[in-house]
Amino acid sequence: MLGSGILNGLLVTAKNFVGSYYDPRRMVTVEYPEQKTALPENYRNFPFLISESATDPMGTLRCVACQICEKECPPQCIIIEKSKDKKPDATGKLQLYPAVFGIDTSVCMSCQICVEVCPFDAIKMDQVFEVAATDRFQDLFLSREQLAKPNSYFHQIHPTDAAEVDGRLSAERKAAEEKAKAAAAAKAAAAAAKPAGAPPPVSSPAAAVKPPGPAPSTPGAPAA
Amino acid sequence: MIAAGPDSFLERAPLALRDWAVQLLPVPLQWLAHHVITIVAVLAVFGLFFAFTTIAERKLLARLQNRLGPNRTGLPWIKGLRLFGLSQPFADAVKAITKEDIVPAAADKILHFLAPVIVVGFSLMTFAVLPFGRQYLPVDLDAALLYFFAAGAATELAIFMAGWSSRNKYSLLAAMRALAQLISYELPLILSVVPVVLVTSTLSTKAIVIAQGTWSFGLLPHWFIFTPWGFAGFIIFLIAALAESNRSPFDLPEAESELVAGHLTEYSGFKYALFFMAEYFGLTALSGLGVTLFLGGWQAPCAFLQFIPSYAWFMMKLIGMIVFFIWVRGTLLRLRIDQLTRLSWQFLVPLALLNLGNAAFWVLTAQWAGPLQLVRWIVSAAIIVVPFILMGRSLTAGFAPRTYRYAP
Repeated sequence: MLGSGILNGLLVTAKNFVGSYYDPRRMVTVEYPEQKTALPENYRNFPFLISESATDPMGTLRCVACQICEKECPPQCIIIEKSKDKKPDATGKLQLYPAVFGIDTSVCMSCQICVEVCPFDAIKMDQVFEVAATDRFQDLFLSREQLAKPNSYFHQIHPTDAAEVDGRLSAERKAAEEKAKAAAAAKAAAAAAKPAGAPPPVSSPAAAVKPPGPAPSTPGAPAA
Repeated sequence: MIAAGPDSFLERAPLALRDWAVQLLPVPLQWLAHHVITIVAVLAVFGLFFAFTTIAERKLLARLQNRLGPNRTGLPWIKGLRLFGLSQPFADAVKAITKEDIVPAAADKILHFLAPVIVVGFSLMTFAVLPFGRQYLPVDLDAALLYFFAAGAATELAIFMAGWSSRNKYSLLAAMRALAQLISYELPLILSVVPVVLVTSTLSTKAIVIAQGTWSFGLLPHWFIFTPWGFAGFIIFLIAALAESNRSPFDLPEAESELVAGHLTEYSGFKYALFFMAEYFGLTALSGLGVTLFLGGWQAPCAFLQFIPSYAWFMMKLIGMIVFFIWVRGTLLRLRIDQLTRLSWQFLVPLALLNLGNAAFWVLTAQWAGPLQLVRWIVSAAIIVVPFILMGRSLTAGFAPRTYRYAP
């Protein structure tokens, strides 16, 4: 009958009205400053710098001041100054570090390109959104000290990404270590073999290049 | 009983206060003071009523949609006090008054200024003839209903003034649409009221309320809503009142999500707030008229409940009507302009005309008694229900139920 749909609709909203007082699960909103909903893992805005240690953030920045992000940043909101000296990084290798690293968040558009171009996994996207400030020039320009956050924080906000990055970094370090070890072993072996008067290993790749069957008369041996 | 009957202390107290205040003044000024006090009382009561209607509307709508609604505004000088957000309307008022008043350079300045004044003025004038209580009728006119609709229809002029004086195409077009809607629904609104006039044979709101002031066995009130023609008339009145006061589902003139506020496009700050206020005053006045005509006005629902003052009954019924309007707003979807006019001209107007015949039948059969009384009720109900079902079927034929090809 005409009008029955309206009555059904009124019933639905009446149920909402009564239910909203008794059933907290019905509520679609939260009281924001006091209560917060969990952000989705893929939520991102302004970038931050990863440091290995929470106690000494400035000493353990992953950033090596290569300035790729500075050059790639479309709105050019990143400012980097290289250091004059070198400091050992997490693996003990001597590296440059950023003496100044600033991001102007009033310009940043949260595009994530700096994160994608960084070869050192040193810059990642943050999840802060309460960024209101009283001074639009000073307070929105974030310095190195404000940007540095420990790796454990990265694990907190982007667990999947962080696990992937950590796995890759540790694998790389392991490979580098093994390579160094192998190189050291080879060096040691070479050092041990040299006094014995062994033929130089240069000839062996030349032998591999030789096609099978009757060899052409041209000798390719001194290719090295 | 301490406070029983029509002459109880509570019933008389506001009048006694007014008379006391009036006699303090010299005799030549007394008539003026008498009227000024009445006007100020109506303005104060319904101004506050408007303020709390807005917060009630926001809170109720929120609950109807499983939200919380505004619950933070407390008092400015006490931190942490929230009062459930009840002071929100006053914060809104401060905001509206302090906002910049922008008048377009090309606008007709005088009409642009006059439109919000007139719309509030005329919607307040309608309160003059509403009987708020047994002795609380600001102006006792013989042609009160005529006056009510004349003043109410004048607000349509103000809407067109607003649209035209803004010198803005959208405002003008929206004002014309608003006029089309308001004039379309003026007809069913008035036709739904005429049966009451026919049965009571008076246009005076006071006499109409008194005509509903009896009970069967002291329990069943003889309000007009409890007769077949009264019930049908009340439903038509409700729908037409919704459209007349530009409320959802008939809020096309300023459909917030689709248009740029229609004829209010070029209004800001306090002038916008005045239009908003006028809309609520219009809604309150129409609800008050609905209460007066169909819900027994200030009469108590049962004879033994008469110890509660008559104005309290009126306000309770008025609040009930407003809550129902808010409930409807939280439930129904906005109509299209063609659906809107179709509903009026093809459905409500024929039904209202039939209902007029129904009321005539009711008046002619007033002497029927005994088993004939039952026949009278059945015939009267059939006169309105059968056409309702038949028209509903023919009008919705081919429309429902809607099937969705690509949705489950």
